[in-house]
Amino acid sequence: MAETLSGIGVSPGVAAGPVAHMAAPPVVPTDATPAGDPETENQAALAAMKSVAATLGERATRAPGEAASVLAAQAMMAEDPTLASKVSDAVQAGKAAVTAVAEAFEEFRGMLAAAGPYMAERVTDLDDLRNRTVATLLGVPMPGVPDPGHPFVLVALDLAPADTATLDADRVRAIITEEGGPTSHTAILAKSLGIPAVVTVRGATAIAEGETVLVDGSDGSVLVAPDEATVQEALAAQEAKEAALQSVSGPGRTADDHPVQLLVNIAGDRDLDAAAAADSEGVGLFRTEFLFLDRPNAPTLEEQQAVYQRVFDAFPGRKVVVRTLDAGADKPLEFVTMPDEPNPALGVRGLRTSRRHPELLEQQLTAVAGAASASQATVWVMAPMVSTKAEAASFAEQVHGYGLPTAGVMIEVPAAAVRAHHVAAACDFTSIGTNDLSQYTYAADRMAGELADLLDAWQPALLELVRLTAEAGKALGKPVGVCGEAASDPLLALVFVGLGVTSLSMAPVSVPGVRAALAAHTLAECRGLATLALEAEDGRTARTTVRAATRS
Amino acid sequence: MPERRVAVGSKVGLHARPAAMFVQAAAKQPVKVTIAKADGNPVDARSILSVLALDARGGDEVVLAAEGDGAEQALDELAALLARDLDSEG
Repeated sequence: MAETLSGIGVSPGVAAGPVAHMAAPPVVPTDATPAGDPETENQAALAAMKSVAATLGERATRAPGEAASVLAAQAMMAEDPTLASKVSDAVQAGKAAVTAVAEAFEEFRGMLAAAGPYMAERVTDLDDLRNRTVATLLGVPMPGVPDPGHPFVLVALDLAPADTATLDADRVRAIITEEGGPTSHTAILAKSLGIPAVVTVRGATAIAEGETVLVDGSDGSVLVAPDEATVQEALAAQEAKEAALQSVSGPGRTADDHPVQLLVNIAGDRDLDAAAAADSEGVGLFRTEFLFLDRPNAPTLEEQQAVYQRVFDAFPGRKVVVRTLDAGADKPLEFVTMPDEPNPALGVRGLRTSRRHPELLEQQLTAVAGAASASQATVWVMAPMVSTKAEAASFAEQVHGYGLPTAGVMIEVPAAAVRAHHVAAACDFTSIGTNDLSQYTYAADRMAGELADLLDAWQPALLELVRLTAEAGKALGKPVGVCGEAASDPLLALVFVGLGVTSLSMAPVSVPGVRAALAAHTLAECRGLATLALEAEDGRTARTTVRAATRS
Repeated sequence: MPERRVAVGSKVGLHARPAAMFVQAAAKQPVKVTIAKADGNPVDARSILSVLALDARGGDEVVLAAEGDGAEQALDELAALLARDLDSEG
């Protein structure tokens, strides 16, 4: 008997396949005793580490670029001679192999963790290695992304960035997580790989291994044990839908020809070709943090300018909105972040960083201006985490001073949205970052999966702030964009347009769906949907009401 | 014991890729080489975990030491490698 589970669809598409669970990390038994003499135990421990190293080394040869070097470095750790000698010492002293391995890893873990946040990723790698070695010794399933030898639907509590390095889009047909949220790593990764995904699915981890599920990443439904006819029907409908999406192209327009700019989000100069190849009017959010992360010093002017140049040159004749450095909170930088901020999400982050380090912003603007003057792209610049009109005015004045004519600010702080008519008057455009705006509006940490209902971008209070911002832009004749994950939801995109938003920026994979939704609705219809959403009592009701209205 | 003192040339420090390149080069030497921070305990240069745990930043001085046949040449080779900015290469 088929059973339907539901969650939040975060990456569109329909797929079916057998479930493979991500195994939980193995637990080291506290009462482990040596199975044989110390020499036998030592051989067992060394063999386990060697086999883990071999697996990782083999995966490194198959993984692309960055992921390959992470895996190769991890394989080197598994073969570390000092680690091996610590394990040998412990088993000689009478400990079981599994205990010796766990303790040796723990010792290095402590040393790396003590080296500070810069080593955080290596600590994660080491933990993964420890879990793999322990699982091998105990003979329990390997933690991490499973490899059942055939395409599968991945079910997990949630995915960590480390789990995703080797996620193979050809094998993983869909992703279902019990926790996570619309802005979790799972969501962002699945969308960038184009894998259908549903998060916050209650009961997901209880689905039997190997059971067939039908996953709809658009409406968030998961059908357990569907019959074959239902699966075929859903896949055929999805194919027809995708064919329909491909039939619409060009700049975004409503059915009555009201233009809505469709743009893509990029977070670096990797995957630039794919982003540039997308049928869009340019880049609505170029995140620049990647240049500054995981390094002890700021990048040089030349280094920055070369990267900006590559990005601008990929979009000749199109718009590229550069967001200046957004450090702090979940993206700490070694050289600017205060180590002991009690509440980093409310601390010195975003544009506020320039209060303490004005030179970083000055250098970044110099590099952007240099690259812009040598390119054919239309370059706009915006600042993150602006709260007041004074901040917006001073940022715009500074940007104009570098010969960059278009300066805007992100609306992520409720104060800026409530006073949008003042903030927008002080600069050239605004762009709403829905992820942070919902976090601050609902006082709910965006990484807290169990608060996903509050972080839902359909929440009417968030939409109210979008409305205020859009109306301020309209009154002043200035563009208002949305560049959070929310813009990639075709239904919500209609609501945003109805509220008065003039551009939508999203992952390249989401553009066709949003373009097709716009083409099927008039501006007046979008306004009607926006009113329905604003009048709903909560996010869930807003979504279901708008969906019902578009189907009638 | 023969020693070399050298400032870490990689701006990112002896982390990530530069650390891996250094450890691989050390493993190829015919003698055991140790590495230490100026005021710290020497560790096996073939141990990636020990090298990472040194947390040597760009510009920090480190001390290489080795003994036996080929020690001088091994130290010269590894010191030259450390002095380069390994992360900016290729």
